[in-house]
Amino acid sequence: MINTGLAAIFLWAGLEQGLGKLLDHGLSLLPPAWRTWATIVVLVGVMLGVFASLFALSTLLERKGLGRMQNRLGPNRVGPYGLLQPVADGIKMLTKEDIVPRGADGVVHFLAPLVLFAPLTLSFAVLPYGRHWVPLNLDAGLLFFFAAGSASELAAFMAGWSSRNKYSMLGGMRAIAQMISFEMPLVVASLSVVMISGTMSLAAIVERQEAWLWIFPKWNVFTPWGLAGFGLFIVAAMAETNRSPFDLPEGESEIIGGFMTEYSGFKYAVFFMGEYFGMFAVSGLAVTLFLGGWNAPLSFLPASFLWFFAKLMALVLVFIWVRGTLPRVRVDQLMNLAWKYLFPMTLLNLFVAALWHYTAVWRAPGGLALRWVLCFAAIAVPCAVLARAMMRSHKWAPRVYRFGD
Amino acid sequence: MFGKGIIKGFIETARNFAGSYHDPARMVTLQYPEEKRALPENSRNFPFLVFDGNDPIKGLRCVSCKICEKECPPQCIYIVNERDERGKPLKHPKIFDIDISVCMSCQICVEVCPFDSIKMDQAYELSATERFKKLILHKQDLAKSNDYYHRIHPTEADAVDAILEAERKQHEAKKSAASSETPPAKQ
Repeated sequence: MINTGLAAIFLWAGLEQGLGKLLDHGLSLLPPAWRTWATIVVLVGVMLGVFASLFALSTLLERKGLGRMQNRLGPNRVGPYGLLQPVADGIKMLTKEDIVPRGADGVVHFLAPLVLFAPLTLSFAVLPYGRHWVPLNLDAGLLFFFAAGSASELAAFMAGWSSRNKYSMLGGMRAIAQMISFEMPLVVASLSVVMISGTMSLAAIVERQEAWLWIFPKWNVFTPWGLAGFGLFIVAAMAETNRSPFDLPEGESEIIGGFMTEYSGFKYAVFFMGEYFGMFAVSGLAVTLFLGGWNAPLSFLPASFLWFFAKLMALVLVFIWVRGTLPRVRVDQLMNLAWKYLFPMTLLNLFVAALWHYTAVWRAPGGLALRWVLCFAAIAVPCAVLARAMMRSHKWAPRVYRFGD
Repeated sequence: MFGKGIIKGFIETARNFAGSYHDPARMVTLQYPEEKRALPENSRNFPFLVFDGNDPIKGLRCVSCKICEKECPPQCIYIVNERDERGKPLKHPKIFDIDISVCMSCQICVEVCPFDSIKMDQAYELSATERFKKLILHKQDLAKSNDYYHRIHPTEADAVDAILEAERKQHEAKKSAASSETPPAKQ
């Protein structure tokens, strides 16, 4: 069993190399002027294809998984075990009538899904999928990622504003407030990685994590600051991608569909896909920053882009699990979480990362354990104190009106 | 400790997820067109006519007394007597229609019927595309056997059978007593 698994992994790694060589060879046959364009076409095609199929897969996984968590069956009518459900959904979405409200601002209403979708595909370009599968290795890849991703706020607000619908407007406002608030902890949480790695190139960050402790990997998540940073990053990422329990901008039960209320058919599908693509993008970034990217989980296994996608899908499953478990938070709770909890904790995490970095010279026996205890306490104690302070019950007093009485 | 509730929630959903694969008691879903839930004995929706024997039309218990037609609150029953050549009404219906789009399932027809001939049915897959043709049930659609009645309402059907049997015996006893006292006037 284990042997077959190992054989399969090594076979895949070989295949992956072969595929890469084949692609390189094929490209080298083209005239030099065409090579760049051909590379771009191949990369864009592969990326869109892979992520579109991951999107289909994860919608199915989400519906099946949520169903199982609620002791339901989930979709099981289309194809064996409901596997063809995404196809049916896709056909349904594409053949639906595209309704634009009479009072809507047509151009902005039309552009909003595109403005959401296009920058997300841009942010896919800088993610390092495998050692030789980095579409665009920028020196400031992380910066580019956040710069491209920040357009999604604009898209949500464009959609909310142009629909001329109070629910859309409310959703748009909520989206703006939430995304801007959570962008801060998201960026600062990833800054700790930049601090330790000393680079903003995502491929280089993965290469820095290519170290082993006996057979175990030394990914960033296996350090105190990395563990805390990863947790903070994931919470912020959930809010940033409007995933439950932070799905206030959509909030089906309170504001119908938020900024997506007035969208239907293909435009709605693009919004929906954009949401999942956003989830893939931040999950991919989390994998890159904290979970060692393309590196194998054990030292004797070959590196492959399969590991990247396995980790990414594992994170997506965690997102689904969270959605199946936690109820939606209130707006004030959301803002408190961002500004009073996540943001101070991520700032503190920068100092913990520095502490970890500067205590690396302690070579004495037990030094590593001491560093762990020290750094872990430095993050865990303030975390507990802060959480306790935030949960302290408020004293409610009768409301006093200054002018109204 | 803070976060305990969240962790408890995660454990609960994980248990639901795992349990849904090996514990059939958790799964309450009934895949309807393929699987059907056995209806409770006392469930009822629309009336039907009980017949004895093998011929659905000849065996009808209904004597066309029209009590149900008169009692029916939404007036959904329509009965026309069968008549012989001389126009004398016979004791069975020529037309017996129930418009189930009007019927409100009150069961008053069942309660007033002196002959235990109209009872409540359980068949619920009655959707139709044409109201005036498919939702008016005629004598042929309404006639269902006593066996069917026993299948859907066993207890009630047994009680009804017992009453009918007792009535029949009483009737026979009366008849034989009458025949022993005075000879029949004419054959």
